[in-house]
Amino acid sequence: MGGAKRPPRSQFGRWVGVLPFFVFSGLFLIGPTLILAYRSFEGSEGGLTLDNYRQLASEAVLRSYGMSIRISLTTALVGGLVGFLMAWAVSMGGLPRPFRSALTTFSGVASNFAGVPLAAAFIFTLGRVGVVTALFELLGVDLYGTGFSLYSFWGLSVVYLYFQIPLMVLVILPALDGLKRDWREAAENLGATSGQYWRHVALPVLLPSILGTMILLFGNSFGAHATAYALTGGLLPLATLLIGQQISGDVLHNPGLGYAVAMGMVIIMALSILFYSVLQRRSERWLG
Amino acid sequence: MTISTAPVSAAVKAPAAEVAAKGNRLWSWLFLLAGALYFLVPLGATFYWSLRAEKGRLGVEAYRRLFADANFLPTFSESIVNAIIAIFLSLLIIVPTAYWVTLRLQGLRPAVEFITLLPFVIPAVVLVFGLIRMYSRPPLLLTATYGSSRILLVCAYAALSFPYMFRSVDNGLRAMDVRALTEAAQSLGASWGTILRKVIFPNLRVALLSGALLTFAIVIGELTIALFMAQHTFGPYMANLTRSKVYEPSAMAIVAFALTWAAMGMIAYVTREGKRR
Repeated sequence: MGGAKRPPRSQFGRWVGVLPFFVFSGLFLIGPTLILAYRSFEGSEGGLTLDNYRQLASEAVLRSYGMSIRISLTTALVGGLVGFLMAWAVSMGGLPRPFRSALTTFSGVASNFAGVPLAAAFIFTLGRVGVVTALFELLGVDLYGTGFSLYSFWGLSVVYLYFQIPLMVLVILPALDGLKRDWREAAENLGATSGQYWRHVALPVLLPSILGTMILLFGNSFGAHATAYALTGGLLPLATLLIGQQISGDVLHNPGLGYAVAMGMVIIMALSILFYSVLQRRSERWLG
Repeated sequence: MTISTAPVSAAVKAPAAEVAAKGNRLWSWLFLLAGALYFLVPLGATFYWSLRAEKGRLGVEAYRRLFADANFLPTFSESIVNAIIAIFLSLLIIVPTAYWVTLRLQGLRPAVEFITLLPFVIPAVVLVFGLIRMYSRPPLLLTATYGSSRILLVCAYAALSFPYMFRSVDNGLRAMDVRALTEAAQSLGASWGTILRKVIFPNLRVALLSGALLTFAIVIGELTIALFMAQHTFGPYMANLTRSKVYEPSAMAIVAFALTWAAMGMIAYVTREGKRR
């Protein structure tokens, strides 16, 4: 009895530990995405078509994608640069040691402080009656008169930097730690100035890491929905907000196009994660 | 010649390096101050607003009103319950999986790592879009009632926690010798269930706790998925509050920041304690 049943049971036993994981992921991660993918190829009269993807070039979609990409590029570049400089300051800028742990702790908090509370905090800071707006008024500058608005491209970018900079700090600090002291000493012994060391040694070694993390920041901002929703109530043309409106009511007047917009986001996110991991692997060659 | 110039160049270099270090320090202070300004001003401004609910004087009236709000406690406690169930669900799925791909099915590791990265690839708004489309018609009708939508929400949260949970548990497993511990337990006659429960879980305490706390911090104020599933949880409540009230949202933002800080602080604490032991 036992002999006959043994092989299938041990086969089952081999897989039983990972089975729930694959079933669950299929039901709540992969399945829903595949359904959107499938529907994005469905025509309005049935049948498979690429029409929905062709219509991505329509004005409403391009406007939202354009805004999302502009905000993501801006906050990835600025957040990447500022985050790098702050990480550099606490790791090799000669600051007292406690600053480093203070910055990493704060970054851990701030990178997770996204969504509604973040939006609220900036409304009280840079909104129409915000504290900083009021301070500018005291100085005779009408912030909103200059064309600035918290509910616009620049406003949202300033808000997004609040979680973009900390993410950069957290990811790039270990890379900075990976720079070997020997390299700097070797460069100095060869007569290199600090500038030459950075230009010819440190930056080339760090570049894949910096670029990769900036791409990660791009994706981080591109997929963000909650903060923008809480701030603008869904009014700004953004890819995530457009999808949100499409869920609540077919604002594009074409369900198929809605699915294509969602899949377009997934593709851009997948590419950014892919580039990030490729660059990260590349940088591990030196900094690992 | 090389040998003779070396000490000379070093002697010349020394003051130059010192000057450079001083310059560095100046720049470091500058970057750090600018950053601190950007990060602390919004918190300060929000805190200031939260003390101004009473005309003419500073006080905690905004906090009192927030906590007294009829919707605050119900939505907050519902979110806490959701978070706890999602954490346990996630642990129940991820711990055996991470254990299995470390010990028995190493070949599956790339597939598992790939899937646990999916929540980064699929934005929350896209995920909820797909979930609604998948579960809004028989045989998988789950969006019809509030309760069944809530099940869907918790499952989505568990899935969202996979990247953090898997990475955390996987690191924990790497830090101990899984194979030796397992073989020792097996030789004493322990079953797989006993091994997981009595050997692996206790050794993973720090990893599990930090994974759980991170999940908690992310899920507790989650807006997007809860919003489109029409759930009365803390995220949609906070969004409503921000739109409808003047002072309470500032108190809410400060409370949310303190919560995030507490979760992160506890992670740092358990990690440090774990290392000490």
